[in-house]
Amino acid sequence: MILNSKIPIGDVTENGIDWLTENYSEFFTGIRDSIETIIDGLFWFLISIPIPIFIALIVLIAWYLSSKGTAAFAGIGLFLIQNMGLWEKTMETLALVGAATLITLVIGLPLGILMSKSNIAEKILRPVLDFMQTMPAFVYLIPAVYFFDLGAVPGAVATIIFAMPPIVRLTNLGIRQVPGDVIEASKSFGATSWQLLFKVQVPLAVPTIMAGLNQTIMLSLSMVVISAMIGADGLGRVVYEGITQMNMGKGFEGGLAVVILAMLLDRITQSLSAEQNVSGKAYVKNLLAKRVKNKSV
Amino acid sequence: MPKVEVNGLYKVFGSSPLQIIPLLKKGMNKATIFKKHKHNVGVNDISFTVQEGEVFVIMGFSGSGKSTLIRCLNRLIEPTGGSILIDGEDITKASTSRLREIRRKKIAMVFQNFGLLPHKTILENIAFGLEIQNISRSERNEKAAEMLKLVGLEGYENAKPAELSGGMQQRVGLARALATEADILLMDEAFSALDPLIRRDMQNELLSLQEKMKKTIIFITHDLDEALKIGDCIALMRDGEIVQTGPAEEILQNPADDYVSNFTQNVNRVEIITASSIMRRAEAIVLEKSGIRTAAHTMKELGISSIFVTDRSGVLLGIVTIDKVSGLIKKGTEALANIIDNDIQTVRPEASIDEIIPLFFQSNYPIAVIDDEGKLKGIIFKSTVLAGISGEKGECV
Ligand SMILES: Nc1ncnc2c1ncn2[C@@H]1O[C@H](COP(=O)(O)OP(=O)(O)OP(=O)(O)O)[C@@H](O)[C@H]1O
Ligand SMILES: [Mg+2]
Repeated sequence: MILNSKIPIGDVTENGIDWLTENYSEFFTGIRDSIETIIDGLFWFLISIPIPIFIALIVLIAWYLSSKGTAAFAGIGLFLIQNMGLWEKTMETLALVGAATLITLVIGLPLGILMSKSNIAEKILRPVLDFMQTMPAFVYLIPAVYFFDLGAVPGAVATIIFAMPPIVRLTNLGIRQVPGDVIEASKSFGATSWQLLFKVQVPLAVPTIMAGLNQTIMLSLSMVVISAMIGADGLGRVVYEGITQMNMGKGFEGGLAVVILAMLLDRITQSLSAEQNVSGKAYVKNLLAKRVKNKSV
Repeated sequence: MPKVEVNGLYKVFGSSPLQIIPLLKKGMNKATIFKKHKHNVGVNDISFTVQEGEVFVIMGFSGSGKSTLIRCLNRLIEPTGGSILIDGEDITKASTSRLREIRRKKIAMVFQNFGLLPHKTILENIAFGLEIQNISRSERNEKAAEMLKLVGLEGYENAKPAELSGGMQQRVGLARALATEADILLMDEAFSALDPLIRRDMQNELLSLQEKMKKTIIFITHDLDEALKIGDCIALMRDGEIVQTGPAEEILQNPADDYVSNFTQNVNRVEIITASSIMRRAEAIVLEKSGIRTAAHTMKELGISSIFVTDRSGVLLGIVTIDKVSGLIKKGTEALANIIDNDIQTVRPEASIDEIIPLFFQSNYPIAVIDDEGKLKGIIFKSTVLAGISGEKGECV
């Protein structure tokens, strides 16, 4: 049956949001301030590291966790960013993505654990997560601006909502995938549910959770340019300005920096999700093993 | 007081299991209940007792309810009815925290698929039961190291389970269970995933550990040889019920029905006992490394009156007796080689018992079991052979 009158989904949403902003303005200001503090803190931390040291550290981390290739890429990529004069912008973006990811983890991990423990929670959360992930990210910008004004905070909030689903899903999946015999064995020795969770299930789910973290970070990065539209600073702003000023070169440089950042974060977090025999780790392990041997001789 | 006493135990799987018990009591069978009432009967009115230090073996074809029964004993599966007394305490009535205490201190379990924690090292795995009890790291590592040694895995402390063979992983499983000092061990087809040779090793190892530790063991297998070898008492299950319980011998001689005789047919007690299944670990001294004083000392330590001598590679050379050794010591000569008596009887590991028995008439010494290269594998004493034939290691109710 086709109704003549329109069901007022849009109106209701709008009215609801209005009501919330009016009655809970202090609550939203509180959230706004906390998120802002995290982003700013992270930014000041990142920017206070001298650039050469920063690059050297990232190269080392990439080598340790991933491969020589990634390390080389990190070195060249970061050098390029600095060379294009985009270092500060990149750190702003990194702070935004980092803060969003941090908050996503803080909310997403417990949600994922809850989902794995309760079939009812899973039934409720699954469609919500689908909704969050498939709703075009732009749509989140509007209420985010309503609640949190312009700037980095609404960008972070939209990013958090958009990037949350993978970490929740994969935490749930990782915990549910822990083999039944391992759980049975742990119970047979008298493990409490907390011990089971934190000594067995979560540790065994870590690679899967890391795969979720990887996806979450990638999704956050994909929000960078979109967030710029509502006033978030950083590389997104560079790209956005490039577009609006029809400045091809500027837009491309900003885009390139985003790509470099994305590839770097992808490689590094991917290596956390798979226990590969990565060169750096193996090398360090060998070194340590040799040291121990020499000591005992 | 029996260590474990099970009375009228039921486990029914399904939506309203309690309503099925009256039907079972009326004598309705598992198949009918499954068809008409959509409930699956796992355990049906089972009662048995296990004495302290006894090895109680549960056998039966696949699906007969063995795993369900053994999991009821520590309530990994919640029984539907009946009681389970452990040291006189009915654990079906225990609170969650009391149950946890019992699982921590009294009952430990060894699993068919090992159930090791892949992210922990071997030492941490063995210490897991203690970690759960919040025992300090140093204390639990010390205990774990001791257990590691007991099951012969020194050097693997820091390996991960995936790096070990199946047999070694199950040693870890066993060590983990022993580390908690629980005096009841539940073993659900603990050796079934291992290949035959390793399996036999593990059985021997369990037996020699059992000699020292005197645990109360409930062991599931569907291998009759295994049951005969390690069980003091055997229970046979079918469709969730125990069909027959008794010492091995009794089950072999007087099978209660066709199901049981099906299980036991083709088994001739005298034939299935081979030298390797009854031999004990050989205590021997190495000629090149030992003088008469070591020989005397070792015999005194072990409380035996003669000891086999091998060369460096383990090849059997002969036997020396305590009288001859002390004679030499008195005379002040040293050469051990001169007093080695090589008039000893030897058999191969696969020799059957009817080949072994006659040898005892030809020699006063224990019989040596040697392999193709003449290396000493084990010793058989007269008393072991007799115990092996009669199959009775103890009474069983
Ligand atoms: N969780 C469960 N839900 C429903 N039925 C079950 C469940 N667990 C076991 N059963 C049923 O209980 C019966 C006994 O199963 P159990 O696993 O105890 O047999 P088993 O003797 O250990 O067999 P196997 O030798 O194959 O290990 C079977 O009919 C099985 O289908
Ligand atoms: Mg089973």
